[in-house]
Amino acid sequence: MSHDAPAHGSHDNYLTHKRGLWSWLYTLDHKRIGLLYLFTILSAFLVGGIAALMVRTELWKPGKVFLDPDGFNQAFTYHGSIMVFMVILPLIPSALGNLILPMQVGAKDVAFPKLNLLSYYVFLFGVILAVATLFTSGIDTGWTFYAPYSIRTSTATIMVVTGAFFMGFAAILTALNFITTVHKLRAPGLTFGRLPLFVWCIYATNIIQMLATPVIALTLMLLVFERLMGIGIFDAKLGGDPVLFQHFFWFYSHPAVYIMILPAMGIINEVIPVFSRKNVFSYWGMAGAVFGIAVVSFIVWGHHMFVSGQSETANFVFSLLTMFVAVPTGIKIFNWVATMYQGSIRLTTPMLYAMAFIFVFLVGGLTGVFLATVSINVHLTDTYFVVAHFHYTMVGGAIMAFMAGLHYWFPKFSGRMYAEFPAKISWFLIFLGFNVTFFPQFILGMQGMPRRYYSYPERFTNLNQISTVGSYLIALGFVLALFYLIYGLLWGKKAPDNPWGAETLEWKTSSPPPHENFIREPVVTHGPYEYQI
Amino acid sequence: MSQHKEHPPEHAEHKGHHILPVLTGAKVWIALLIFTAITVAAARFDMGNVNFTVAMAIATIKAFLVVLFFMGMKYDTNENRIIFFSSFIFLFIFIFLTYSDVLFRELVMK
Repeated sequence: MSHDAPAHGSHDNYLTHKRGLWSWLYTLDHKRIGLLYLFTILSAFLVGGIAALMVRTELWKPGKVFLDPDGFNQAFTYHGSIMVFMVILPLIPSALGNLILPMQVGAKDVAFPKLNLLSYYVFLFGVILAVATLFTSGIDTGWTFYAPYSIRTSTATIMVVTGAFFMGFAAILTALNFITTVHKLRAPGLTFGRLPLFVWCIYATNIIQMLATPVIALTLMLLVFERLMGIGIFDAKLGGDPVLFQHFFWFYSHPAVYIMILPAMGIINEVIPVFSRKNVFSYWGMAGAVFGIAVVSFIVWGHHMFVSGQSETANFVFSLLTMFVAVPTGIKIFNWVATMYQGSIRLTTPMLYAMAFIFVFLVGGLTGVFLATVSINVHLTDTYFVVAHFHYTMVGGAIMAFMAGLHYWFPKFSGRMYAEFPAKISWFLIFLGFNVTFFPQFILGMQGMPRRYYSYPERFTNLNQISTVGSYLIALGFVLALFYLIYGLLWGKKAPDNPWGAETLEWKTSSPPPHENFIREPVVTHGPYEYQI
Repeated sequence: MSQHKEHPPEHAEHKGHHILPVLTGAKVWIALLIFTAITVAAARFDMGNVNFTVAMAIATIKAFLVVLFFMGMKYDTNENRIIFFSSFIFLFIFIFLTYSDVLFRELVMK
């Protein structure tokens, strides 16, 4: 990408710059804050993952396996709430965004380092508040908190939605920080036309976060007021409108899908050119598609509500608008494949995850077009087809891309290499397990098995058991990843500054980087993906 | 203090925040209170289909007062004004598309 590469003769780096627990808890260094986010989010991932395994184990056969129906309701609610609000939403923007984005723009830090630390603690407070309900009456509303049930249930709805409110507030602060950083702290020569596509994707995500998150905050607070004071907003019994809750909720939560996916696409945009040794196909097509997705994401929320009692006029409008999402998404898929075409492809672990992303996201995206069609949606709503679709999109998309990014930037932020062989075995287990878990759910959904049901007819047993075995394979893959990454972190081979031969700025500094990223300010002289095969 | 006097006033406005005079702030506050009273009074009359329009009109005027004076948009740069008001496009989308449901529900019931 550049450059007047900075020297790094000193052994001082951000991990050793200051020592002790307090130096981490009070740190203003974006990389350390990124690691704090990463640790917190992966801890939440563990809890959400255990809840998922509980759900899948309970569904091993019809009737009770080890949970009672209330316990089952709580298990899938915690799984959904934790994975959406505490894991997938902040995982790439807040954790990897903090670790990498300031370095990619050639900055010493984010624009507002203290605000950055504050947003981490606001997030942490939200997480603690929500997870603490595990030790109270729990929550059983599902992650969507639909009214009027969420108003009437005796479980700890208020604590969880207040936790989600704080997590949303943290996301807004981080978004504000990153937008300002991109505008004000770019290195000399780093024009918008030379920005890495990861930065473009995080930037577009930040705009969605700024515009959409206040709406969910407002919605959740209205829900709290309705529970506490009996104001009739969403409960028809009190004169409210339960469908209005769904409008409010999905106005945020549909763009939220793109808060999860756009940063994931950003990682894929980085990994594929590096490991194909080719310039990205149509840079401006890619950047434009990101903003196309961001804009369209705001006008399609009603496709979650086709059977809610929403008017047929709205159903028609939202169905039509939803089809438009396929256009910019298709541009991205074609451009990734075109980037790989005739490239010198290296099948490293990040590249394997990137290719897995394209496959699972394509399946998720295409089944999304099925579901956007009202006549099909009416039959498939609230079946396992929808569960499979959004797992292929959100989990397959975001988690595969996160794993690609984690392995890609691991040498940079840890200063050490992970072992490729166990990483590839782990990738295989996760990729295989993912498809074994969720592909049968498409069939179950087509055959009419409803989601969130405690039991099911005998004829669905085989497919459910295949799905459950798949979930254990995923868990095994992640446990293996945990071991070899910790091993790499402690005893791995020392990483060179640029082990992948990448061109973006974060690879032009030492591994791990110094406290303020660069010894001398980098100067950018060309684009981020100018590779020669 | 002396440094402030060295800068021309318009330059100072771009560099820092505009300080709203207390009297102006008090006038806006009183106007907001009056509009709140009008909101309450309007809620006592059933104007049929116009109910929503009246409530939104009053709320919009109040929001504009807050934006212009308390948020300082009246004294800000054109660039920031454009960015701020472009966010209303999203508010419009939210309300417009929600009403594509609410306004047409009766057709389904018939």
